Amino acid sequence: MPPFNVHTVLIVSAILFVLGLVGVLTRKNVIFMLISVEIMLNAAGLAFVAAGARWQQPDGQVMFLFILAMAAAEVSIGLALVLQIYHQNRSLDVGNITALKDEPLHEEV
Amino acid sequence: MHQYLYLIPALPLLGFVVLSVAGRHLHKTVIAWTGAGTVCASALITIVLGIEFFRNAPASGAYTQVLWRWFSAGRLSVPVSLAVDALTLVFIFVITFIGALIHIYSTAFMRKDRDYARFFASMNLFVCSMLLLVMADNLVLLYLGWEGVGLCSYLLIGFWYETPANCHAANKAFYITRIGDTAMIIGLFLLFRELGTLHIPSILEQAPKHFETGDTTITLIALLLLAGGMGKSAQLPLQTWLPDAMAGPSPVSALIHAATMVTAGVYLIARMHTLFTLSPVSMSTVAVIGAITLFVAGCSAMVQTDIKRILAYSTISQIGYMFLALGVGAWGAAIFHFFTHAFFKALLFLAAGAVIEALHHEHNIFKMGGLKNSMRVVFLTFLAGAASLAALPLVTAGFFSKDPILWYAWSAENGNTFLWILAIAGAFITAFYSTRLMLVVFWGERKTPVGERTGKWMTAPLIILAIASVAAGWIEWPHNLIHFTLLSDHLQQVLPAVVLKQDLPSEFIFQGIAVLVTFAGLYTGYVLYYSNKTILEGWRRSAAMQAVRSFLLKGWEFDALYNTLFVQPFLFVTRINKKDVFDRLYTGIAQANININRLLSLTQNGSLRWYIAGVLLGILFIITMQLL
Repeated sequence: MPPFNVHTVLIVSAILFVLGLVGVLTRKNVIFMLISVEIMLNAAGLAFVAAGARWQQPDGQVMFLFILAMAAAEVSIGLALVLQIYHQNRSLDVGNITALKDEPLHEEV
Repeated sequence: MHQYLYLIPALPLLGFVVLSVAGRHLHKTVIAWTGAGTVCASALITIVLGIEFFRNAPASGAYTQVLWRWFSAGRLSVPVSLAVDALTLVFIFVITFIGALIHIYSTAFMRKDRDYARFFASMNLFVCSMLLLVMADNLVLLYLGWEGVGLCSYLLIGFWYETPANCHAANKAFYITRIGDTAMIIGLFLLFRELGTLHIPSILEQAPKHFETGDTTITLIALLLLAGGMGKSAQLPLQTWLPDAMAGPSPVSALIHAATMVTAGVYLIARMHTLFTLSPVSMSTVAVIGAITLFVAGCSAMVQTDIKRILAYSTISQIGYMFLALGVGAWGAAIFHFFTHAFFKALLFLAAGAVIEALHHEHNIFKMGGLKNSMRVVFLTFLAGAASLAALPLVTAGFFSKDPILWYAWSAENGNTFLWILAIAGAFITAFYSTRLMLVVFWGERKTPVGERTGKWMTAPLIILAIASVAAGWIEWPHNLIHFTLLSDHLQQVLPAVVLKQDLPSEFIFQGIAVLVTFAGLYTGYVLYYSNKTILEGWRRSAAMQAVRSFLLKGWEFDALYNTLFVQPFLFVTRINKKDVFDRLYTGIAQANININRLLSLTQNGSLRWYIAGVLLGILFIITMQLL
């Protein structure tokens, strides 16, 4: 196994995570937001694998398998929701989906 | 026998419990049997008890039964105990016997009402409370009954609660009697502070030793108790609730607002007679209030057009006679008048109910007329009642009971010419309005078609009461005519005999005047409303007579007076007091909460991006805290 620098891998993972985060915060389309969440998950998985390699432990890779399974589940539910959102609103723009907005009270004492 | 004493109030209570718990699931026949049956059973027990009392009176003068201890605190121990002496016996006889007749009448009268069970439940609770009131041997239990009857009066005046006016009348009755009740309970507190007991026989025994005659404290106590009596018995100045209380069904008016509850004040004063005798001032107050009330209410009764309001004012006026008798120390005469009045006034109310029912809820007497032949039984019984009310000599009970009051108003030691003149004027007025009522309702031409015939369950109580209205007076004759004084011999065990002035003129002169005045009243009514109606037409056109009529019609404008004296100032004070410092404090708290709510609800804007940023900030905050 060729030697590798754990710092480099962690920096790549951090960059990926920030990219995903920025994507979630700035993207308008719900599907792209989901993809960004996937990127963030993969960044976390990469960090786990790197840490496992650094300490010569299998736990990092086991953790990555968990994340993979969870991501698969999340995507299937997420896409189903996206479909429903599209059916209800005829749009995937999160800026338009504000049904939970609160109506403030108008009472006077 | 006396171990069954508790059954007399317990049976109506049982009826109340059954009807209020299961009433709405029972068939109307079952409800009628439960409601009327329990009271009839009480009446039978009372009659057996009364016979036993007459044959073999108890040595102590009263049957007593201690049921259990209600509560005790410090020196005060209140048992639930009943006592029946000669005075109570008269009252429980009237309450259960007339109560039973009125219940029987109601089974038919209220048959079509959808709240049949609620009606009988309230009536049974009333009978139970009223029996507790008169059977209690301590003032706390008496007060429980006193409040109980007030509650039932409220419930039954507002029985048809869908009409706002009825609820208003119920509230009015409740508030005004409450003024008296508050005064009365302060009187009880004072009595307890002075004597250390609220057991009635002990009070009556200890009071003459503890107080001197004319002591300020005893006067205060007596006046406070009198105020309680004035509220319940609708005496001036707390009389305004009774005419409005006619909003309830007719049997309610007959039972509560004519025969029993409104005489609770008479009972209270007669029961506490020792306290009143110790205070000449309060005795004179009772007499003057009674005399003025009987005159004021009688004048109002002359011009009323609603048949039940005529009877209501007449009730106030007749209770005025009882108060007058109490005030001059003629205790027995007051109780005798209570006894006969209960019969003939219950009869008049029940008969009026039958008339109103037959004429499709018509209350105005000038829209009645000509019922003499179409409602034969009701006419004859009403005639017996009205004759008794007018005190037709020798043939009616009203004469026998009113005559001694008129005589004692002058001849008793406390009596004077002023009281006698008012009483005799009242006799004239009573005879006049009774005649007017009879002539307008039953003679003349028919103005409203008569509906269905009065059923036998309604006429039977009427006939029994009509017989009693004629015959009930024969148990006590004026002693200058025949020496037969069953009632006063009976009451002598409890109530002292009346003290007369020295060197009195013959009683015959006074009886003669009373009889003449009664006939003058009858004749005036006959002339004005039957033989020569042109006089009345002339009065109708005169502005002055119309002003007097309207003044009397509104009950001497007492409502308007109280409105300006008490209600308006109170509303004014509440209006200016609406924004005081405490209110500001509380509205301030509420306002601050509303403002915070508005601020926080801005963050719930529905934007997903905003929430994610919030989550991110939170995470950053937590991580930073960890690192530090």
